[in-house]
Amino acid sequence: MKNYWHSVILEKDYCNGCTHCLDRCPTQAIRIIEGKAQIIAERCIDCGECLRVCPYHAKGALVSSLDVLKNYKYKVALPAISLYGQFPEEYEMNRVYNALLELGFDEVYDTAHVADILSVYENRVLDKENVNRPLISTYCPVITRLIQVKYPALIDNIIKLEAPMEIAARHVRKRLIAEGFKDEEVGIIYISPCPAKVTSIKDPIGIEKSAISEAVSTEEIYYKVMKIIDKVEGTKQIQRATGKGIGWARVGGQSYAMGIDDYIAVDGIEEVIKVLESMELGKLSSLAFFEGYACINGCVGGPLNVENTFICKNRIRKLTKHYGMEKPIVIDIEMIPENMEWNTPILPTPIFKLDSDFKKALEKMAKIEEFTQMLPGINCGACGAPNCRVLAEDIVNGYAKIEDCLLLNKK
Amino acid sequence: MKKYSRSDENVAMKLHYDVLRDDFSRAGEASSKIKNMLRQLAIDANILRRIAIATYEAEINLVIHSYGGSIDVYIKSDCIEIYVEDSGPGIENVELAMTKGFSTATNIAREMGFGAGMGLPNMEKVSDEFIIESERDKGTNIKMVVNY
Repeated sequence: MKNYWHSVILEKDYCNGCTHCLDRCPTQAIRIIEGKAQIIAERCIDCGECLRVCPYHAKGALVSSLDVLKNYKYKVALPAISLYGQFPEEYEMNRVYNALLELGFDEVYDTAHVADILSVYENRVLDKENVNRPLISTYCPVITRLIQVKYPALIDNIIKLEAPMEIAARHVRKRLIAEGFKDEEVGIIYISPCPAKVTSIKDPIGIEKSAISEAVSTEEIYYKVMKIIDKVEGTKQIQRATGKGIGWARVGGQSYAMGIDDYIAVDGIEEVIKVLESMELGKLSSLAFFEGYACINGCVGGPLNVENTFICKNRIRKLTKHYGMEKPIVIDIEMIPENMEWNTPILPTPIFKLDSDFKKALEKMAKIEEFTQMLPGINCGACGAPNCRVLAEDIVNGYAKIEDCLLLNKK
Repeated sequence: MKKYSRSDENVAMKLHYDVLRDDFSRAGEASSKIKNMLRQLAIDANILRRIAIATYEAEINLVIHSYGGSIDVYIKSDCIEIYVEDSGPGIENVELAMTKGFSTATNIAREMGFGAGMGLPNMEKVSDEFIIESERDKGTNIKMVVNY
């Protein structure tokens, strides 16, 4: 049995057992048991929807704090591209990056620069003959996990490219080890907009081990930077991405950076699900590229960000212009599969399967139908399952009892 | 050529869905339910995809062309059988209807993105066995079998 590591967690003391998160979870991974929400580990894809809707802030994300810096000899900050949109416009990104040095980092690497390079490489992959259409972006790890659990027939459409953060980390780590550092002395700290990326570091898809050491939240960094930024003079030139790479922070930015026409870009997990449904039916096979994001507006909408997603998106749009779409991209990372791509296969994780034995699964299905007919069908969630059918499934799987239905009990 | 008939032997489970004519807002609902149910059985992803396409195209056809009809899914130990029946108006020329790109869909249906003339050809393509019978003013019956 695989061990699942999740960034999304529940802080039990805050949970009052309301049903906000139940219904929003796209993989039906939450149950309320004895008045507290529980997340079923093998079902969770770390999208963070529950975290976003919880009125009691009972859902959190497991991230490191900046204290971890003391564990490493050489500390590298790897800011998410969406960090570009977080700060008020009077603070240039280079100044923010210099503020990170003041916070204790030895080096700051502009992740958006790798997105610049990846835009060029990705375009080459798209241009190859015999690729499946549409190719699906892996930039949002939630979408990749969603395909693994719900749309395994689309796995072959996934473009098996690494995210900019991972390519950057590999590159930096290699360089530092060549300079004489030991592997464990190098701390590469990602500044994350979402729990999903944190999970990608701790329990990655497509590779054995991430080159990133830890992840901290954008939120923590934001407040620490804001405290000191007025005193920081941005002397060191760290910012180097062009508008192309910076644009990756918002939905559609990736396709725009590649300069392709034949794409669709979708944000919000429910909308992504609708499009993947169509894709599974073969409706989009003439399309070249699909980028989907769990969060509204893409990474700028990540639940660990500070700024409103629409304000942030607008800033990214302006910054894309400011830093320029036509500037030459310095390709200082060799564009070979070893640097840019995943090297282990993506496997389906069929969490909705009732049983691996077809006959047993059928028997269970028949029973589920029976129970579903008995239940009131109003999907109130009071039993702790997101809807009546899921309660029927839980009963058949032995996780719940028909008596859990409050309405049936009342009669 | 095989005649259309339902084979009721060894059916492990039956699913039945009624589909109304011109009910565009709900078009795709029945096939989506079927897919979600079959996803829970231990069926291979690509087989599931073929069944999803077959039932989806059938459902859309019922909505845009028929006076209303039904989809029955028989789950068996070695295959899925899909029976699509409607009460008219029937297809005048079945051979022509099976041609890629041929469509008699109304302008309203086309404006909604349906009626590309790929429904029946796609259904045939994804099925291991495909039988269609149609009689003018009586209706159309389709049987599709997808083997695991």
